Amino acid sequence: MSSAAAGITPSQTVGPFLALGLPWPHGPFVVPAETPGALEISGVVLDGAGHPLPDALVETWQADPDSRFDHPDDPRGAARPAVAGFRGFGRSATDGEGRYQIITLRPGALPTPDGAIEAPHLDVSVFARGMLDRVVTRIYFDDETDANAADPVLQSVPDATRRATLIATAEADTGEPGDIVRFRFDIRLQGGNETVFFDV
Amino acid sequence: MTASNLSAANRGLVLPHYPPAVGVHPPLDSPAYASSRLRHPKQPLVPLPQRLTEITGPLLGPERVTAADADLTAGHAGEPLGERIVVTGRVLDSDGRPVPDALIEIWQANASGRYAHAVDDHPAPLDPNFTGGGRCVTDSLGRYRFVTIKPGPYPWGNHYNAWRPAHIHFSLFGRAFTQRLITQMFFPGDPLFSLDPIFNSIPDPAARQRLISSFDIDTTVPEWALGYTWDIVLRGRTATFFEQPEGR
Repeated sequence: MSSAAAGITPSQTVGPFLALGLPWPHGPFVVPAETPGALEISGVVLDGAGHPLPDALVETWQADPDSRFDHPDDPRGAARPAVAGFRGFGRSATDGEGRYQIITLRPGALPTPDGAIEAPHLDVSVFARGMLDRVVTRIYFDDETDANAADPVLQSVPDATRRATLIATAEADTGEPGDIVRFRFDIRLQGGNETVFFDV
Repeated sequence: MTASNLSAANRGLVLPHYPPAVGVHPPLDSPAYASSRLRHPKQPLVPLPQRLTEITGPLLGPERVTAADADLTAGHAGEPLGERIVVTGRVLDSDGRPVPDALIEIWQANASGRYAHAVDDHPAPLDPNFTGGGRCVTDSLGRYRFVTIKPGPYPWGNHYNAWRPAHIHFSLFGRAFTQRLITQMFFPGDPLFSLDPIFNSIPDPAARQRLISSFDIDTTVPEWALGYTWDIVLRGRTATFFEQPEGR
């Protein structure tokens, strides 16, 4: 064990009863649903047999639309979000069909210390019974073609065909009044078309 | 933000870095834990550099927690059955710094080993005075304190005659996405440790011991509740300065 890891508390599974402690009624709402520009990201979490997980938890973390974080460790300074009620964090337990859903705003692109630019993205943690530690992935947007092509993380995925597993796809407008923009992002924990997961 | 603005904005970004917790966490592929079989990735993980999204995280502070949320024995018509206990400790990072103002969420079975959850079909009694969820926020020294009852062990379907040692689930955010941790706290002297594939999924036996709380007579409240202490250690951070090339 490296010295940096000395004393760190190990992870354990959330188990099947996380609903007793973790979901909040407002958890899926990174912004209030009526916020101008709000979009929905939803999908299903699937196991290696293609079965949906009814007992998973999906969490998201992201910059605000102005590419900022309300956080003291951001060296550009903590920035109060310009949009009322934006908190950057989303949390959704899956339902009986394995579906999660968050309501958020599209994050801005981000500078990196070595001069690159990260395309708009959300960091994602997935927890579930059967998982002894979280898995980490990212959500990008399929209509950010140029930004995605320049994104250092997407480009670092060795198998280019797997990069598509990190990209949410816009869904057709239902045409109903008041409908919001919807993106679909499924998470495949194992097997064919397995989602790219990261070691952070 | 335009590309040129971003390029200017990144000049001299100084980001903390959280060294990896090598050898600490259980492997996602842990065959003795049957439910892991179809729920672990088979492709290698891709390294994710720690940049702005990873070194920040939700700072979920006191505004979403009341003092009553830290007492799992309260909020019902009567007192729950079982051994009343106090569970307290500190949240630190691996460099020994306290983690203040950090949200902790817990959930657990009742004294009979039954969760107040529709999926739990263990034929042990539910307790109308115990739901089993709580939360608190660490103070300026990283300290937390819960009042609850000692959860019971319970059977589960992993293998013949499988029983989970008594435990409380803990969820912590720390201050950065890299520090997010969900784990379980156990009680000293449990005879089920050596038989539990979840506890034993942690490869390093010394690291397993870090999930076991300690009985503490000084935390014990006379005539009222036994006390247990348990410190939680999250990944530490170091500041890393990125030199910017001239002319960028």
